[in-house]
Amino acid sequence: MSHDVTHTRTQQEYEYDRKRANLGMRNQVTVFALMIFLTFIAFASVQAGMSAYLVAPLILLFAAVQVALQLYYFMHWSEKGHGMAQFFMYSAAFIAFTMILAFITIIWW
Amino acid sequence: MDLKTKFTPQSWPAHPENATLEGKNKTLGFWIFLGGETVLFATLFATFLALKNKGPNGMEFSTQSLFELPLAFIMTMLLLTSSLTSVYAMYHMKNHNFKAMQAWIAVTVVLGLGFLGLEIYEFYHYVHLGFTFTQSAFGSSFYTLVGTHGLHVIIGLAWFILLMLRNSKRGLNLYNAPKYYLASLYWHFIDVVWVFIFTVVYLMGVLD
Repeated sequence: MSHDVTHTRTQQEYEYDRKRANLGMRNQVTVFALMIFLTFIAFASVQAGMSAYLVAPLILLFAAVQVALQLYYFMHWSEKGHGMAQFFMYSAAFIAFTMILAFITIIWW
Repeated sequence: MDLKTKFTPQSWPAHPENATLEGKNKTLGFWIFLGGETVLFATLFATFLALKNKGPNGMEFSTQSLFELPLAFIMTMLLLTSSLTSVYAMYHMKNHNFKAMQAWIAVTVVLGLGFLGLEIYEFYHYVHLGFTFTQSAFGSSFYTLVGTHGLHVIIGLAWFILLMLRNSKRGLNLYNAPKYYLASLYWHFIDVVWVFIFTVVYLMGVLD
């Protein structure tokens, strides 16, 4: 993945890259719209006063999806060269999950 | 390679944050740091979940009686929008458009300040009601979790402001591009943590 820093793009390459960047940015705005939509549904389903056993798993799922969108698109995991980032974050998520599971199950045994 | 080399949009590398060895190392180190931050917040979430609405005394307060969803909703929208504006800033960074990048970071800072203002208002309101840090185990765990996130927001805002001021006359080069990139990653991470706070603390707090 090493990039030659002194390389100057030709006009065609430059225009092609700009077009790709524009498409990528449009994609990011779509992801943002999706995140706003998930947030809105999460708040609305709690306000609607449905059963907690239905709403709680639903909003946790929405949170997980929203975080995945944030990581893969806003924080660029969907682009090349993010293997180490994913390795560290998935390891951290595993530890986090284990810890939270322990605290909510055995503290008030 | 001289880090202060002047670039044009055409000679600017496609991934300026990783174009230098320093940039590559910083990015990797920052992701290790974010992994550590994830575990830090996990301990605070776990403690809050174990202690919420529980304690030997001071049980006149509960998540149901305290939290106001409209306020949490507005705070969520502010922070989520500020996440998008920092994506715009990075889009302009990669196009070597320094002014547009600075402008979008300024918008991000304004939205972040709005979020921070509402959080201070919220804490002030709770303390006024008598729900303080020392009032109960529930209070301690709530303020530690949400307050640590608020501290991260303050650090993120200070980081953005210092970057904008320090580099205002310098323009964009391969020395400061990774700095801007990492600050924006940090800001996204703050939003990631907030997604769990509004879901687990506020929404699920109101549910039970």
